[in-house]
Amino acid sequence: MDRFIYLDNAATTKTSPEVIEAMRPYFGELFGNPASAYTFAGNINSDVDRARKAIAGFINASADEIYFTSGGSESDNWALKGTAFALKNKGKHIITTVIEHHAILNACNYLERSGYDVTYLSVDENGLISLEELKAAIRPDTILISVMFANNEIGTIEPITEIGRIAHEHGILFHTDAVQAYGHIPIDVKHLGIDMLSVSGHKINAPKGIGFLYIRKGIKIEPLIHGGSQERGKRGGTTNVAGIIGLAKATELAAESLDKRAEYERELRDYLIGRIENEIPYALLNGDRSKRLPNNVNFCFRFIEGESMLLLLDQYGICASSGSACTSGSLDPSHVLLAIGRPHEIAHGSLRLTLSEETRKDDIDFTVDTLKHIIERLRSMSPLYEDFIKEKRAGA
Amino acid sequence: MSQTTEYSKKVLDHFMNPRNVGEMEDPSGVGTVGNAKCGDIMRMYLDIDEDGVIREAKFKTFGCGAAVATSSMATELIKGKTIKEALQITNQAVAEALDGLPKIKLHCSLLAEQAIHAALWDYAERHGITIEGLTKPVNDIDETEEFYQMEE
Ligand SMILES: Cc1ncc(COP(=O)(O)O)c(C=O)c1O
Ligand code: FES
Repeated sequence: MDRFIYLDNAATTKTSPEVIEAMRPYFGELFGNPASAYTFAGNINSDVDRARKAIAGFINASADEIYFTSGGSESDNWALKGTAFALKNKGKHIITTVIEHHAILNACNYLERSGYDVTYLSVDENGLISLEELKAAIRPDTILISVMFANNEIGTIEPITEIGRIAHEHGILFHTDAVQAYGHIPIDVKHLGIDMLSVSGHKINAPKGIGFLYIRKGIKIEPLIHGGSQERGKRGGTTNVAGIIGLAKATELAAESLDKRAEYERELRDYLIGRIENEIPYALLNGDRSKRLPNNVNFCFRFIEGESMLLLLDQYGICASSGSACTSGSLDPSHVLLAIGRPHEIAHGSLRLTLSEETRKDDIDFTVDTLKHIIERLRSMSPLYEDFIKEKRAGA
Repeated sequence: MSQTTEYSKKVLDHFMNPRNVGEMEDPSGVGTVGNAKCGDIMRMYLDIDEDGVIREAKFKTFGCGAAVATSSMATELIKGKTIKEALQITNQAVAEALDGLPKIKLHCSLLAEQAIHAALWDYAERHGITIEGLTKPVNDIDETEEFYQMEE
């Protein structure tokens, strides 16, 4: 395969060479356990501290508010279960949304089975929650509001500032899953009124298996992983030194390039959206047009199915993803597409293309040209399209 | 998740180069079935001669790689067969002819079997005959329903 066009950066990203370089010594000569007493280990501990400080600075937090974890799923689980357990005497009601990642939804499901009550806020056709619905859902026993910063499938950015304000007016904790937003849009936890924030390294060119949960000072939370005294006794387990160093490096690189990169990706994104809308009929954009991650494009192509689209794209070296029932493993289409009101058979034909700063305009052109051809071909074998065309002719 | 790497070479071949895709002007029988499991749809056109031999089979499928490949293989398997022989072709037979399917995709092959049955049922109705061993396919799609309710 000559071409390789990776348009699945929301699934994971390539660990950047600079990050690998920064991590390398910690697999070799700097292998020590930072908790040990000797100088050799102490120096490594200082490196971890510096990394923690750098990351904290990026979101305007302080170093002792950053708790390293194994990634987004653990951070989400910890935020929900940790506060639910810690505040169970205050209340057992949690508010979240129907479009969260499964790390949130399944943790909520577990809490429901353990006697908690969860309200799932609906979203409009663009994937935005309603602040009115949020306010109306608040009860005296509400202990936590968890709304994702930006959606991983359709890229919609939620009104975080307003949610933070509402949460605090009612004395309720506010957690946000920022896995897709971190490094792509500026985040100031103080300014946004965020109490807890989940981040995953592998979405921003750090390796898989590292992430953190920001926990604002003074918040009561139970550990999820009981163990040694690492992370101020809140998260046991020998420190993932290399991962942390890598995450700090990736954060530093992301911070440096953020504005320029976002501008570049946004332009390319809108070019891609424009070409698809102009050149491929019966294509529906999913997600909000402006309140949207700079690198996210998501369409439903009517009358066709997503997996067959992915298989054909793969033949051309193009990597993408779909919310089709046939790719889900569970035979249900994406819960996010259903939540924004796409019927099953339309959700079937969804395609997500997520760009990076390495994506070239040439890649986008090749992708659209290929896509046009693939969609035409799949439609020519679709009974739905056949019926649609016949109906249309009969009607005309 | 289903990945290209999980499909056999034969499945990929029948997906990339499907045999007998298309429509038929004057079919002897046509059947459309939907998969309750994931919402896929398959339509089968049959051309059957006076001796009850299937001369031609054409299909259209709205579904995954496995659904397309099983449709393609099913049409290949029934061509030249008598109605009775065609009824013997089960979804397992189609899956085996494709060197197997990933477990999670086995249900897709049911669609091909049911599409054949639906087309034969239509043929029997048009000719006012009954075909021994053929019962009305359960999930024949009512073509006037939900699939036309999509917005432009
Ligand atoms: C919004 C969101 N939350 C959580 C996760 C899970 O992160 P991780 O893969 O680090 O567990 C992901 C990534 O798949 C995500 O996109
Ligand atoms: S047709 Fe949906 S999984 Fe095969």
